[in-house]
Formats: sequence, C-alpha cells, structure tokens
Amino acid sequence: MSAIAALSSGDTAWIIVASILVLLMSIPGAAFFYGGLAKKKNVLNTMFLTLIAFAIIALIWVTYGYSFAFGSTINGIIGAPANLFMSGISPDALNGSIPTMLYIVFQLTFAALTGALISGAVVGRMKTSSWIVFIIAWATLVYLPICHWVWGGGWLMNLGALDFAGGTVVHINCGLSALALILVLGARKEKTLLPHNLTTSILGAAFLFFGWLGFNGGSALTAGGLASSAILVSIVAACAALIMWCIIDAIKVGKPTVLGAITGLIAGLVAITPAAGFVDVPAAIIIGLGASLVSYFAVYYIKERLGYDDALDVFGVHGCSGIFGSIVTGIFASPFINSAASGLLYGNPGQVGIQLLATAVSIVWAFGVSYIIAKVIDKTMGLRVEESVEVEGLDTNLHEESGYNL
Amino acid sequence: MKRIIAVIREAKLEDVKKALIRIGCDGMNISEIRGRGRQLGIKESYRGSNYCIDLIPKTRVELIVKDEDVEEVSQVVIDAARTGDVGDGKIFISPIDEVIRIRTGERGDDAV
Repeated sequence: MSAIAALSSGDTAWIIVASILVLLMSIPGAAFFYGGLAKKKNVLNTMFLTLIAFAIIALIWVTYGYSFAFGSTINGIIGAPANLFMSGISPDALNGSIPTMLYIVFQLTFAALTGALISGAVVGRMKTSSWIVFIIAWATLVYLPICHWVWGGGWLMNLGALDFAGGTVVHINCGLSALALILVLGARKEKTLLPHNLTTSILGAAFLFFGWLGFNGGSALTAGGLASSAILVSIVAACAALIMWCIIDAIKVGKPTVLGAITGLIAGLVAITPAAGFVDVPAAIIIGLGASLVSYFAVYYIKERLGYDDALDVFGVHGCSGIFGSIVTGIFASPFINSAASGLLYGNPGQVGIQLLATAVSIVWAFGVSYIIAKVIDKTMGLRVEESVEVEGLDTNLHEESGYNL
Repeated sequence: MKRIIAVIREAKLEDVKKALIRIGCDGMNISEIRGRGRQLGIKESYRGSNYCIDLIPKTRVELIVKDEDVEEVSQVVIDAARTGDVGDGKIFISPIDEVIRIRTGERGDDAV
C-alpha cells in the first residue's frame, strides 16, 4: 500500500465547491439574514459589518492565521508559524487528497464566517472602527487558539473531542464572543425587533441552508459516503428543527411565524454541525427537535429574564444550539457512520465527558477573551456611536448612504 | 367648486375609480396614507417584540368638482366604497377658492 499521498480530483472538485458554498453563507447568507432583520435606517451598516469582517479575517488567515491554527503544534497550545504569507506552500502540496492551498481556502471561509456571525448581536450601535479592531483582535486571540485546539492538532483534538464542522470552533465561539461583546457594548435605546424586510431575511436563511450543506458536507474533506451522510443528516436536522419551532410558536402564540420557521431552520443546522459526520438519521431528527427547544427557550426566556441586548440572537441561536449539539454529539456518535468516533449510545460514555470539556473550554475562552478585548477597546477608543447617531441611523451617519432611495 | 376627499379602503380603489370614470369624473389624485378611526389595529410579533399597528394603510382620493355635482359624486363614491364593516372610511367636503389649468390658463368651472 503506497504511503505517498495522491490528489483526488473528485475530492478536490467537491471541496472547491464546498468552499464557495461556505463563502455564500457569509455573503449573501448572513448579510441578508441580518440585514433584513435590522431596522431600515441601519440595513447597510448591518451588512457592512459582515463584509468587512470577512475581508479582514481572510487577509489575517493568509498572513498568519492558518499558520498559527494549523501549524505543527507547540505542546497542543498553538501551531508553529512556519508558513507566514503562505510562503513555502506550493500549489502541488497536498493535505490528504486535496491541495494544501484548497484546505487553506476552505478553512479561511470558516474563520471569516465565524467573525461575520458575531455582527448580528451588535447591530445598530457599534462604531465601525471599533468593530474592525475587535475583529482583528478576536480572530487572532480567540478563533486561532480554539481552531488549533479542536481541529489543528491541539490538546482537545488529542483528547478525542469531536467537532465535525464547527460546533465549538464556529458556533459556540461566535455565540459566546457575541455575548461578551454586547455585555460591554450595552443595549440599544430601542431594543425591540422590527424586521424592515423579512423577505430578505428569508432569502438570507435560504442561502445559509444552501451553503451549510457545503459547510457540513465539505468537512468530510472527501467526496463520498461520509460527505453524503453529513449532508443527509444536515437536511434532516434542519427540517425537524423548522417544524418544531413552528409547533412551539403555534402552541405559545397561537400561530406559526415565518421568522420562527427560519430561526428554527438555522438552530437545527447549528446543532447538527458538530455531529454531521458522526450521527445517523434518527439522531439527526432528535438533534433538530432539541435545537429548536433549546434556542426557543434561550431567545424568549433567557434573554428576557436577563435583559441583555443580543440584537439578532447570535448567542441564543448559535451559542445555545451549538452548546447543545456539541454535547449530544458525545451521545449519538455512531461508529457505523464514522469509524473514527463512538458515543454513549454505542458503549463509549466517556465521549460525553470529553464533549463537555471541549464545550466548556470553548465557552470560557470565547467569552473571557472577547470580554477582555471588548473592555480594552471600550476604555481606549469606545465601542458605541453617539446617541444621536444611534437614533437617526447608522447608514446615513457612518456611511452617508441610504439602503433605499425608491 | 368643492374639494372632495375620500379616505377609503385600499382594496376599494379600483371600484371607486371605475365608478367615477363612468359618470364622467375623470380627474382625481390618489395618495397612500395610514390612518385610524374606530377600526381596531393589527397585531404583529417578532421573537417576542409585540406591536399594535393601529395606523392602517388606506387610500386617499382627492377630487375637485363643481358645486352642483357634489352630491352625485359623493353618492357614487359611497356606493362603490362601502362594505358595511368598520373601516370603510370617510368623505370630507370643503370649498375651493380657485382652480387653474396649467396648460391653458383656464380658471374656475372651465378648469374643473
């Protein structure tokens, strides 16, 4: 059996497509989803937060990000920065059956998406300069370590933590980072949710669903049965979650809501993300149903009780369903789906403990470091716009543009 | 000459327009407004943020007519716009000092 790695054009073609699909999740996916939920006076700024976060993280990734995240591990803590500015990586270099450059691209889209997702919590009141500084610091100090620990050969990966496509690295990360940031940023003067264009949000959610199949399916890094299984359970979990949210809405407010349906869809996709390449269809249904229960509770009860202004529910949906999904991966991981993993239901109860550890570490690191970063920025340059700017709208004040000149 | 302002349901605009054209009242201008009278508001809810939208979209039809046509035109509007439910709207009639046609400079009844 040859030990020399060989390029698989099938795998490469699929991962190229998957990378582009994950890019689609940021732009237009998150941009339109958040943009439609925001008030009309802030629609452009809301979308700009996603655009600028993506662009900055993309550049960080290719200068030093990839190296620290995926370089050969220094005691499991961080990667050795060997390929700054992508030096020394030729187009022929392989990472498994795909070009190293492609793996870098694929991971770039994940890093950039995670940062973009945080923006939903801060809409309507954050200074653009502060957002940019936050994103640079967050990507460097929060994303790179967690990514290395769980995916890049770091200590959580070595302990056997399972995270197929980013329950900890992406969703718990952005959810808890967002929570920390808005606790320092403070609430909007007017914190009620009145989507100015819910149809745009539906479009954004559709793009997120569409792209997510590349996010989860591409994390197989091969074009075959595992990717297919991941895509299958992703669709199943998403649909189960959508139905469940509609049911809860019908019970609680008397009718299903469209905003609820798309929120449930996303919650289901978040929860299946860490589990996608490890669980079977029945587990996916349970995970989808559970995700809507968890996030519904977080969005309606926890937020109201504690009073924080997570404007577009980044913590409620990404954070909470991410926590749920990451933990139950330890229950449902099936060796029949993926021989690399098995969970409690298959005789390996220890996996739940490892998942709890990875979840807890992600929560603490994402929240703690983001909180410190936010505090430092607040003390030095300030996080918020002036009150008059907030009231009048960010688009005209920060960009001198209007979303609609109909 | 009188100004007739009719605030009617949006859905009734076509019926009212056709009825007016049928009696020879071709000139009118329309605006989209929001308003309320005795009609109850609409409830909307987004993730627990609840709203009572009590300013309801209506259509405002403005007509300028000769004094002798006021009663006939008003009745035509009423018949076309009425549904019998709360929210049918109202008609307001007020006097006009002067009407001038821009193209020709005609004034008064000739310009109506």
